[in-house]
Amino acid sequence: MPVTKASVWKILAPRNMELGSRTAPKVFTHSRLSKGSDDIAWLVLDRASESTNTLSGAVLAELDTALGDVEGIGAKGLVIRSAKTGGFIAGADIRDFKGVTESREVETRMKRAHEIVDRLAALSIPTVAAIHGHCLGGGLEIALACKYRIALGDAKLGFPEVRLGLHPGLGGTFRLTALIDPVEAMTMMLTGKTVHAKKAKALGLVDAVVEERHVENAVRAAVAGKMKTERGNWKSGVFGLSPARQLAARQMRTEAGKHAPKKHYPAPYRLIDLWEEHGGDTKAMQRAEITSFSELLVSETAQNLVRVFFLRENLKGSAKGESGIRYVHVIGSGTMGGDIAAWCAAQGLRVTLNDLDRNAIARAIGRAAEFYDKKLHSGIERRDALDRLIPDFDGSGVARADLVIEAVAEKADVKRKVFDGIAAKMKKDAILATNTSSIPLEVLRDDLAFPDRLVGLHFFNPVAKMELVEVVAHDRASQSTLDRVHAFCGAIERLPVAVKSAPGFLINRALTPYLTEAFVMLDEGTPKETIDHAVEDFGMPMGPIELADRVGLDIGLEVVRMLRDKLDDPIPEIPAWLEEKVESGETGRKAGKGLYAYDDKGKPKKASDAPAPGAEMSDRLVLPMLNTCVRCLREGIVEDEDTLDGAMIFATGFAPFRGGPMHYAHSRGVADILEALKQLEQKHGPRFAPDKGWEALGGKT
Amino acid sequence: MIVLSKREIRPDVSPMSMGNDVMAQARKSAATAKAKSPTRTARKTTTGRSRNANQTAASSGRPVYLIDGARTPFLRARSKPGPFTPVDLAVQCGRPLLTRQPFSPDELDTVILGCVNVIADEMNPARVAALRLGMGAAMTALTVQINCGSGMQSIDTAFRTIEAGKADLIFAGGTEALSHAPLVLRKQAVEWFSHFATAKTAWERTAALAGLRPEMAKPVIGLERGLTDPITELNMGQTAEVIGHLFGITREAADAYALQSHQRLARAQNNGFLKGEVIPAVARDGVLYDHDDGVRPDTSMGKLANLSPVFEKPYGSVTAGNSSQITDGACWAVLASEQAMKKHRLTPLARIIDSEWSALDPSIMGLAPTLCSTGIMKRRDLSREDIDLWELNEAFAAQVLACLAAWEDEEYCRNVLGLDGVFGHIDRDRLNVDGGAISLGHPVGTSGNRLVLHLVNAMRRLGLKRGIATECIGGGQGGAMLLEVA
Repeated sequence: MPVTKASVWKILAPRNMELGSRTAPKVFTHSRLSKGSDDIAWLVLDRASESTNTLSGAVLAELDTALGDVEGIGAKGLVIRSAKTGGFIAGADIRDFKGVTESREVETRMKRAHEIVDRLAALSIPTVAAIHGHCLGGGLEIALACKYRIALGDAKLGFPEVRLGLHPGLGGTFRLTALIDPVEAMTMMLTGKTVHAKKAKALGLVDAVVEERHVENAVRAAVAGKMKTERGNWKSGVFGLSPARQLAARQMRTEAGKHAPKKHYPAPYRLIDLWEEHGGDTKAMQRAEITSFSELLVSETAQNLVRVFFLRENLKGSAKGESGIRYVHVIGSGTMGGDIAAWCAAQGLRVTLNDLDRNAIARAIGRAAEFYDKKLHSGIERRDALDRLIPDFDGSGVARADLVIEAVAEKADVKRKVFDGIAAKMKKDAILATNTSSIPLEVLRDDLAFPDRLVGLHFFNPVAKMELVEVVAHDRASQSTLDRVHAFCGAIERLPVAVKSAPGFLINRALTPYLTEAFVMLDEGTPKETIDHAVEDFGMPMGPIELADRVGLDIGLEVVRMLRDKLDDPIPEIPAWLEEKVESGETGRKAGKGLYAYDDKGKPKKASDAPAPGAEMSDRLVLPMLNTCVRCLREGIVEDEDTLDGAMIFATGFAPFRGGPMHYAHSRGVADILEALKQLEQKHGPRFAPDKGWEALGGKT
Repeated sequence: MIVLSKREIRPDVSPMSMGNDVMAQARKSAATAKAKSPTRTARKTTTGRSRNANQTAASSGRPVYLIDGARTPFLRARSKPGPFTPVDLAVQCGRPLLTRQPFSPDELDTVILGCVNVIADEMNPARVAALRLGMGAAMTALTVQINCGSGMQSIDTAFRTIEAGKADLIFAGGTEALSHAPLVLRKQAVEWFSHFATAKTAWERTAALAGLRPEMAKPVIGLERGLTDPITELNMGQTAEVIGHLFGITREAADAYALQSHQRLARAQNNGFLKGEVIPAVARDGVLYDHDDGVRPDTSMGKLANLSPVFEKPYGSVTAGNSSQITDGACWAVLASEQAMKKHRLTPLARIIDSEWSALDPSIMGLAPTLCSTGIMKRRDLSREDIDLWELNEAFAAQVLACLAAWEDEEYCRNVLGLDGVFGHIDRDRLNVDGGAISLGHPVGTSGNRLVLHLVNAMRRLGLKRGIATECIGGGQGGAMLLEVA
């Protein structure tokens, strides 16, 4: 019989972290400073009452004090390390960015911050950043100011500022381009993508990748000047020449244009300008970085993207707690079921995937393997994820699962039949979730022996990209069930939004008038490329025609039919050709043909000669969506405007730099929107009539 | 084991002749047997006189039950490595089998897995499988290897461990990916390389390079070496030629047997007899493997007759058609004590009554099932009629038929098996009723496990009570296991 059932590794794991000498440290609020017998000082960052280290004004001021102390204690080297298990430093404290309007004020603050980081960079003794976990934004800028960077295997380094409509602002632009190949440096900052330890070593961004057990020896080697460095900065010489930078910058602008149009996302272009003008001249680049960053931070785009950051934090906040869900059983191995299962297994859960069609299960496993090849970083992770994703041909996983997710055909009687077959086999405290996109839960909970444990978990396609999950309550769902599925969403890195059980819930209902209006425009003879172009100009990641194909015309048709049937929302007639397309199997991207034809990679073939969209076009498509959002708010489908904005952004990709549909309405002005709606109503019919919910927003309907 | 009974000096037990040259010593051993069993009475049964003696001895342990089991489809090795490694296969069927148990994987006491051709990436495949199956870091796991008997050895080790009260719930399996059997460097090549690797100076290396010969680059197929007996240098197929010859098995008889094996497997597949036993496997490219793909229901006597002998050309009679197939596959069984059954509310499929291992000359390894099976039956005082169903591994048709013929051969039965007369005829309706390794394939580390599991499933389907699963083992051994439907 085993001596222990406990995980031996878990008990010993805390020993596996080198934080320098623990004797007589000087303790600050957010850090502590100690010096070991080897005369190497360790500055250990441990931000008070936060689970991760971020850089606030106070943290930086404390760093300044600590640096002064380091100079005084006769250390021959300094190590900066984080005591948080999650990582080094996650970046600036974004709370400090919220609501700033004065670029001058920001500039003053940034200059002070730069002085502190410059002081670190100017220390006469060797400095080493020992980096585990995330090292992002301002965190990476601190690391870049050290003379050496030592990474642990789990380190992720990057500059995600561009996602907030910014570029690095604490010295990143000139320190990174000076350290490594400037083109690689610019790519990192322009894409916001993080690099893993191994890649960082290859780039020369870190000087060594070591195991935790070798951190101390590696640090000593660095301090003694015995660590070999291979930094990719030999190209800096070439790019010290202005013509070389001009050429590279032109290519970068072209590339950036494919992903983020300049008029909506200025930051990448500002960064390119910055480097093109000042590359190689540290002092000039630093001054320009501070100015440019300060201007960007107060811009509407950045402020809206900061808003989006906090909308995400809000949704995350509702996903805290313990779900008690370790094992998930998914019924239905189509695109949604298969992808939900693959996602859950990638997130560490054990998953059984069931379907009546064995081949459908097998295909879903194949898709999962492809996804893991792209998404997971090591052979071990890929193997383990696939091992956790269990094809279940006889459905025996039902009896083991803590959560059963049904993702079968969108028909109430089919779903009920599935419930009948599994209800008695489920564990006593297991939750049954339906991925229905439109059927009210009240219809499904009838005849179920445990309606309190039924809930809607509506994922969006593609599951791996769309972070939002609608958590659908109904009149008899228990609070503990709802709390557990919210926590489950958090555990699998998705964002839950609580919605009331009503036809189409929030997202599909808001999208329906948008998609159907696009169909009406198609019937009027507007080319599909033109329609898509109109809202891409508005800032959507894709237009309604492409979106309809992505969702699947069959699924879309089902939703529209149901909503027309169940609601008195003013939804246009379903065109006959849509039904014909679905019947002939041209169901969209998944079928290789829908409204567009698709190439092997799933990219739509678009005509390049389509005429440019008219001025009114984007209003005609977007405003009905806003109108429906307002209606959903009035009906209490979602709790408040912020929740609605977050949901629309993370489920549909609603132009993030606009801060969400409701935020957009307020920025543009409710009166202006109502005026536009009324004009559309006159021109195209009563479906544009403003909802009376606008009154609560201060509008006159 | 029979050896035990020797020590216990039961006058009515005849110890088997083990490990010696059976054929040559036949006369001598028969004499010994007679001398040691003076009290034999003329019972109608041809085996076993030891009811009181060994049943008491063997039943001193705790009863052990087979609770459930499942395997992957057996996949014929094509011209390249198959989609699964040995542990991949063990994971493929282990996951669904564990999923349908009422206990959680970490509640098992230990894991035992048979595997012959372990690949370099999966040393101790039992432990690798246990971890990949989510049994937790604290799960002990051991791999067993007795060549073609490995999958039965795992069940036997589990059986004896539970019987002795040292465990209550064990996962015992077998796995083999013969399509992954490695290419092995020639010995001269290995010697050359080690010489080269230790050469320090450029001159030494140049000198060492000169010793490289083109023929060294030609790898040896590991599988071919594995299927060749190292003592006699006879390929397994050749051992089948030997015993086929000794017992007069004709090419036609072997082909007819092979044809029937395919027909029986096809019938079992079509009628769902393998449902629950064979669980589809899914490769990472999304391909579904849902049946034993070596089956050729459309083969015929004519087609089989057209095949040339593969092991002993041109006069031999063992062909690819009447031999078992080179195949990948895995199988697991859950074994439990009564305590474990009570604790987890398990329903047993069968009780494992006894097991036996025997050995004889490697060149006639195919006859070993007659030794171990007869051994169990003697100890358990069972007659031929008491055994309702047999699974006798189809390594080669000629080898199965030679075993059957041996049991009907007076000289063999008296002088080798120590019986009073012939053991008798085993009805073909009682033997390998759903096909065997000729149609299914023979993943060597797995087959023994499958034999036991399928014996139980077939007995339950046919409403039978008692059966023996037995197999010959390359190197000259045999294993047998006696089970009763619970």
